[in-house]
Amino acid sequence: MAHLSIAEALRQGLREEMARDERVFCIGEDIGIPGGWGGAFTVTLGLEQEFRARMIDTPISEAGFFGAALGAALMGLRPVADVQYSDFLFCAMDQIVNQIGVMRYMSGGKVTVPLVMRAPVGATGRGAQHARNPEAIFYGVPGIKIVCPATAYDAKGLLKAAIRDDNPVLMFEHKSLYGSKGARAESGALDASSDIPDDDYIVPIGKGIVRREGGDVTVIANLLMMHRALQAAEELAAEGISAEVIDPRSLVPFDWELVEQSVRKTGYAVVVEEGPRTGGIGADIAATLAERCCDYLLAPVARVASPDIPVPFAPPMEDYYRPDAARITRTVRQLRDALPA
Amino acid sequence: MSASVDFQLQLYRTMVTIRHFEERVKFLFLEGIMPGTIHQYQGQEAVATGVCAALRADDVITSTHRPHGHAIAKGLTVESIMHELFGKTTGCCRGKGGSMHLGDLEKGMVPAIAIVGGGIPVATGIGLAFNMKQEPRVAVCFMGDGATNEGTFHESINMGAIWSLPVVYVIENNLYGASTPISQTAKVAHLADRACAYGILGVTVDGNDVLAVYHAAREAVERARAGDGPTLLEAVTYRITGHSRRDPCLYQPEEERKQALEREPLCRFATALLAAGVDQVVLDAIMAEVDAEIEAAVRSAIAAPDPRPEDALDGVFV
Ligand SMILES: Cc1ncc(C[n+]2csc(CCOP(=O)(O)OP(=O)(O)O)c2C)c(N)n1
Ligand SMILES: [Mg+2]
Repeated sequence: MAHLSIAEALRQGLREEMARDERVFCIGEDIGIPGGWGGAFTVTLGLEQEFRARMIDTPISEAGFFGAALGAALMGLRPVADVQYSDFLFCAMDQIVNQIGVMRYMSGGKVTVPLVMRAPVGATGRGAQHARNPEAIFYGVPGIKIVCPATAYDAKGLLKAAIRDDNPVLMFEHKSLYGSKGARAESGALDASSDIPDDDYIVPIGKGIVRREGGDVTVIANLLMMHRALQAAEELAAEGISAEVIDPRSLVPFDWELVEQSVRKTGYAVVVEEGPRTGGIGADIAATLAERCCDYLLAPVARVASPDIPVPFAPPMEDYYRPDAARITRTVRQLRDALPA
Repeated sequence: MSASVDFQLQLYRTMVTIRHFEERVKFLFLEGIMPGTIHQYQGQEAVATGVCAALRADDVITSTHRPHGHAIAKGLTVESIMHELFGKTTGCCRGKGGSMHLGDLEKGMVPAIAIVGGGIPVATGIGLAFNMKQEPRVAVCFMGDGATNEGTFHESINMGAIWSLPVVYVIENNLYGASTPISQTAKVAHLADRACAYGILGVTVDGNDVLAVYHAAREAVERARAGDGPTLLEAVTYRITGHSRRDPCLYQPEEERKQALEREPLCRFATALLAAGVDQVVLDAIMAEVDAEIEAAVRSAIAAPDPRPEDALDGVFV
């Protein structure tokens, strides 16, 4: 059993999958340069020493190498393509949305696209173009599975599941959770490290997890917001409110059963997301819960999200933009206060 | 072509301003006083300086994730840039942009575009507008060597060429895109050779020689202004600092770094000026003035009030 950060757990997962299956390879910018950084957040650091021919350093050509990854996947290889910041997924949008997401379907189910895409998210003091949480945009694109690990255990397990999946899987990783070290350390980082079993394991795609049990309100949150939700749950407990924190881990497919079960118990649901509120994942969760278990909801589903603005640079404005534990506790209190005792 | 001593001293002042600004900022950043992340310009000063010296005030540039030098050379004040780096409302983007998005359209600089290759279409459109409005203005697109491998490079320069737009596409070839050597991501000997794919002129110049850059840029700008279309101008240089933040540059061979330091543009220009008879006292005086300006900017930036958190909500729409 080793205790690893998310960056280390992902690296170990990649190493094991590449050793296990020679069809697996990595493709991206600055991922295997000797003396370099192992990608923007150290995930692939040193892998080029073991797998030189399967660590493909690309030019800065996102549309090109995402499409190339698709081509290689169609020929039976299992690429792991990454962008340095999720904002650059938009440079490859045609390949991701019009090609990767529809290729299998268009073929009448004849072709498979075993392709993993990795993208760091989160507002971390870099300004508007290195800051997005674009999960909701891709959530609305049919044909792509989406996973969002909040811990090192899940990061490794979901990555392995994604690599072994015969479908395109997009993995969002949070810059503040990587635990990148040395010169690539993030300021304001959180500890998301876990004990990692020595034995091979996967975390199944589509399965959420209850991070903290509670009976009064269900808080649904992933990535950095999951950690903020746990913080909020701790504060709420001191006030006598028992919050159940659910980490869906996957967005597509979504573990509706797990969330529904919890809501049937608590009667209240709060969805937390780091991206903007309008068109967000919270909107879809609220609508779906209304459809599935309206009778059990004692109040409308509440949403905690960012305002509908680009990400500002200055720290006071960025802190205002990004949801935190205080906003979650406030929302939970309001939700319960709104109801006659 | 020769340039007057006064003009050369102006160039020197701009280069010193950029260098000393960057060194001060690096220090502030390492001290933990300055927020965010930074991509610095040390070693490339001759490019922004030489190119912008060939422009008029109402010509317009686009910039990249590495914009501090471009901003200074295009005439933004050190104060407005420093305040922006500190995230103050008094900064050139009111604290909304930060290091990677410096700009001020009133000074002829579009807020810098940190998506690699993202500025190439924008500069092309600025040139298109100048043509449509029949204004004798020129757009300059600064980009790194790495940006020449984005699809936008091809799409945009081709449009600039077929429409004979008044654009100068400037490649700052510092030999690396982040940690990746350009020799690994491009097969051409000179990136300017790519111009032939668009039927336009490509020029490669020593990007550490400010006068050479200035003369090449002036010709390209004159062609553009005269309606003769775009030029692809490659300035070969070197980044003598990290790519960003605390990058130890272990991917750069030591010998290469050493040689690059010997060729770095500021000392080189100072040496040339002294050889041409300029007194060291004159150069020292420029440095002292520049340093005083930078120190004043640091002091006023630290003292300036932070934006209110809810200011974040302003400015999405008109
Ligand atoms: C579309 C896009 N892909 C990747 C990045 C990450 N990134 C930032 S700077 C950089 C290297 C750019 O190299 P170059 O264009 O040569 O400019 P330089 O940094 O050398 O000034 C990379 C890959 C980005 N900002 N945008
Ligand atoms: Mg470069």
